[in-house]
Amino acid sequence: MDELILTPNIDGADDFYADLLAAHDGLDKAESDALNARLVLVLANHIGDRAILKQAIDAAKAR
Amino acid sequence: MNKIFEQPLYAYARSPDQDAPTPVRHQVIVIGAGPVGLAAAIDLAQQGVEVVVLDDNDKVSFGSRAICFAQRTLEIADRLGCARPMVDKGVQWNTGKVFFDDRKVYEFNLQPDEGYAHPAFINLQQYYFEQFMVERVRALQAQGAPIEIRGRNKVEAIGTHDDHVKLEVETPEGSYTVEADWLIACDGANSPTRRMLGLDFVGRVFEDNFLIADVIMEADFPSERWFWFDPPFNRGQSALLHKQPDNVWRIDLQLGWDIDKEREKRPENVIPRLKAMLGEDVQFELEWVSIYTFQCRRMEKFRHGRVLFAGDSAHQVSPFGARGANSGLQDTDNLCWKLKMVIDGTAPDSLLDSYDVERIHGADENILNSTRSTDFITPKSEMSRILRDAVLDLSEHYDFARPLVNSGRLSVPCTYDGSPLNSADALDGPSETRPGSPCPDAPLGDEFLLPKLAGKFTLLTIDADAPETIEEEGVTVERLALSVKDDRTLALKRRYLGDAEGAVYLIRPDQHVAARRDSYEDNAFRHAIRRAIGKE
Repeated sequence: MDELILTPNIDGADDFYADLLAAHDGLDKAESDALNARLVLVLANHIGDRAILKQAIDAAKAR
Repeated sequence: MNKIFEQPLYAYARSPDQDAPTPVRHQVIVIGAGPVGLAAAIDLAQQGVEVVVLDDNDKVSFGSRAICFAQRTLEIADRLGCARPMVDKGVQWNTGKVFFDDRKVYEFNLQPDEGYAHPAFINLQQYYFEQFMVERVRALQAQGAPIEIRGRNKVEAIGTHDDHVKLEVETPEGSYTVEADWLIACDGANSPTRRMLGLDFVGRVFEDNFLIADVIMEADFPSERWFWFDPPFNRGQSALLHKQPDNVWRIDLQLGWDIDKEREKRPENVIPRLKAMLGEDVQFELEWVSIYTFQCRRMEKFRHGRVLFAGDSAHQVSPFGARGANSGLQDTDNLCWKLKMVIDGTAPDSLLDSYDVERIHGADENILNSTRSTDFITPKSEMSRILRDAVLDLSEHYDFARPLVNSGRLSVPCTYDGSPLNSADALDGPSETRPGSPCPDAPLGDEFLLPKLAGKFTLLTIDADAPETIEEEGVTVERLALSVKDDRTLALKRRYLGDAEGAVYLIRPDQHVAARRDSYEDNAFRHAIRRAIGKE
């Protein structure tokens, strides 16, 4: 079974993070919440694999 | 007011049972003359089982109530001899449209691939559905079938015994006692039978109210299912518009939890809501208004000795998905052939325990689907609403989000995976016809497959050899020999063979697959027959 990647996997991590923050620029809380929700759904669909998605949910819940 | 509600369909008439010196014993008594009770009674009577239906009323149900009848229900009704008038009268529809806020986000088409005798769905008021079934009862009576409906016969007390059930029945002319070998309780979500026997009914309550209004109007809306999330005319809530015969339209408006039900039901409050939805200029007349809340729950067991629960008395779901009446007919479809075999002594009493296993499986599937639809339609937390709205927003632009939109997962028949009556799958064939599945229909020239499989065990061979009949443990199984050449549309091949060259299927009287192999093997099929009647 495929494993959720939990080691660094994004080239230019700082650039990605800046893009993520920039996407929220000028949005109020409700708009930002909505954007995050849409983003989660878009990413989840891209991953597609239910087992990976389940691991991702678990990984996000463990703090 | 529609006249059909006023007219007694099975008026009270004194029964000789009321004057009998000792209580009369019937083979089967059914409590409740709704769609499920009538289906049970017709099914049994067609098999020669003597059956009496008791109902505390004498008319069809008031208001439209159940309106969406699924393909499988029509296939069952066909076996019961009453599908034709239902399909003729019903409104067929295939298109569903989903709106969010003030815009259409997407539409879907339910039209399955070709090659079924019956449409995916029809919309038909429950009172017509019941009326056509009562007409079928009358036709059976005219042929001498042992079936009777007693109106205004209200069961007041039930005594259960090892080998029979005793009922106290109240009528306009006083009460009488009557007995039955078997009792089928089809007396609805508030089942008095369940209450009298002190049985459980547990599940989840949904704290929401829905206004349901059937209006008569001349409107040029198409025959489609329209569903709104958070529309301008019902902010923060949902709405549904669906067409029924006779220019009756079903409107469903979510109202929220903290409302005054009696106030909301008054025409002076209902009419402005409907005008906001339909437009100020649309002329309409209210046929029926009701406010409902719902629960998703079921009994722990549907069989209690000689008492069997079917339909809403056994399980209740939200209306999203049309899984109420449709699943009730699957209950009786599952139950009646088993009960007939147990009554005849062909099968052991324990065969009826498989009714519990199979239909609880079905009920749990329906409850799961209906609960998920409800959670989508009426989000219970801020974040579930944010995610729901995100799905709807995305569905307008991207295909991927559309399967996540859940305005009701419409009723499809249950596959009894893991049933003790199934034999292990021995065909590398299509998943849709694996053991436990309801047989999908297929065209055979001018005819269809399913009517040839109705009401008895059948050995279906497709380009495979087998004996013309098998006798096993008192069950006679006749062969239905077909070839893929019998169906030029190739639906038969697609649904029953896949890549296999040939196949042999053992089909139960309720048209579910009990076993299948790539060729006939005597021992295997004899074993499968014994298994399917609870003898293994």
